[in-house]
Amino acid sequence: MVAGWFTGEGEGFRLLGTRCAACASVFFPREDAFCRNPACPGGELREVALSRRGRVWSYTDGRYRAPSPYVSDPELPWEPYALIAVELAEERLVVLGQAVPGVTCADLAVGMEVEVVPGVLNEDAETAWTTWQWRPTGAGT
Amino acid sequence: MTGEVAVLGAGMHPWGKWGRSFVEYGTVAARAALADAGLDWRDVGSIVGADTVRGGYPGYVAGATFAKALGWQGARVTSVYAACASGAQAVGTARAQILAGLADVVLVVGADSAPKGFFRPAGGDRADDPDWLRFRVLGATNPTYFGLYARRRMAVHGDTREDFARVKVKNSAMGALNPHARYRKRVTAEEVAASAVVADPLRLLDICATSDGGAALVLSSMEFARRHGVAEPVRIRAVSTVTPRYPNTVLDLPDIATDSAVAVAPPDETFRASIARAAYEEAGVGPEDLSLAEVYDLSTALELQWYEDLGLCGEGEAAKLLRDGATAPGGRIPVNSSGGLASFGEAVPAQAIAQVCELVRQLRGEAGERQVAGARVALSANQGLFGHGSAVIAVR
Ligand SMILES: [Zn+2]
Repeated sequence: MVAGWFTGEGEGFRLLGTRCAACASVFFPREDAFCRNPACPGGELREVALSRRGRVWSYTDGRYRAPSPYVSDPELPWEPYALIAVELAEERLVVLGQAVPGVTCADLAVGMEVEVVPGVLNEDAETAWTTWQWRPTGAGT
Repeated sequence: MTGEVAVLGAGMHPWGKWGRSFVEYGTVAARAALADAGLDWRDVGSIVGADTVRGGYPGYVAGATFAKALGWQGARVTSVYAACASGAQAVGTARAQILAGLADVVLVVGADSAPKGFFRPAGGDRADDPDWLRFRVLGATNPTYFGLYARRRMAVHGDTREDFARVKVKNSAMGALNPHARYRKRVTAEEVAASAVVADPLRLLDICATSDGGAALVLSSMEFARRHGVAEPVRIRAVSTVTPRYPNTVLDLPDIATDSAVAVAPPDETFRASIARAAYEEAGVGPEDLSLAEVYDLSTALELQWYEDLGLCGEGEAAKLLRDGATAPGGRIPVNSSGGLASFGEAVPAQAIAQVCELVRQLRGEAGERQVAGARVALSANQGLFGHGSAVIAVR
């Protein structure tokens, strides 16, 4: 549903953004049309893999069923999942993502280290939609 | 000040879930504002409508929709959409027309019929729309963003859930005194704590509801106000409608990520702080001059953030300001004397206009039991999706 936002499998899984060749600004989700730095004359936007690990900027969860276009089976009880905003030090940006299944707010703290891993957003008989998820590495602040 | 316009009238439709058309709410509010101004609709040279995308032919037609409901009379018409900042942009447009000499009297109207449940984007597969993406890819509702901000405040500044509940207790006490508010019952800290968690750490009573409602203002040139016999009207002295500056490094609705600060150092102030600063600079006043403020308390925790962004206190000091009673009635700087979104709920195109209605009531000394004694300078502040900032400063 969103092309070119991530790549690879297992340990090689990475989020993909773009980097401006003129000013070095990084964009996620990827910016392929124009560099958004107002001081930049505009450079070629080249695909770049983002850091695999970052630190929790904040986190929360959703205790009520998220509406469409989020896909969930109304026949099944709603299973809350945590959302984690993660600060990537090298790129100096914050990326929001779901936590891996089983990780709740009680397991998280601001500043904790997490890493990006592939996960399943939803699936039907023919297709599984993959996404990125954040997983604590076990390292503290 | 040469840039001032007069507020001759303010009017609202009571907020709630009435299940009727936004046109009805807006028309009731408009008639109330005209009556308050002592003017006939046919005296109005221009109408500015704040749009809703949930009614009429797919929205975006609010100005003419209200003009038709009031009776076509040939007025200049404008419709504006800026999400939650729509109402302030409508006020800004009306002011610009008056100052440019295009109209003497302008009617500003905003109204909405809110859908049930969470706000959500329009249907279809729209992967080029960040609002659609945050729901499809993350299931990130508005309350989940409020939860992120609240948790961040707890981690960085030591705010507590009890601090957040105090905001609701304060605002509900004011809303109980406001005849236009949807919720008119005082809420206790125990009731907040007993309500269900929506987005950790925020509970149902920490988060504003969606509502139906309408609000309207009649603005005029200072010269028209004098001719109309209003020697000392409430005046609008500033309307801030700024955008963020790159790189915007605070994760904001509806984005999945922030700008990167790797190539350009982040600005000294956040986007919300820049909204207030632009209004202060235009009005020639500072936070120390304010008698009261109306801010977008989409969540209780967000109201605390606004205290700091408006400069009412230093960074991280909002909870102390609240605990000290400074933002409560009788305090140094009462905030959300109307009851705020906590008592009104969100009727998106109407809310920023409703904020100004409260400033006007307070500055005229007509706020009844909610009255802030001796109010002279008042500010409203809010923020609309996709980078619309807005604040209004009114004086008397
Ligand atoms: Zn660039």
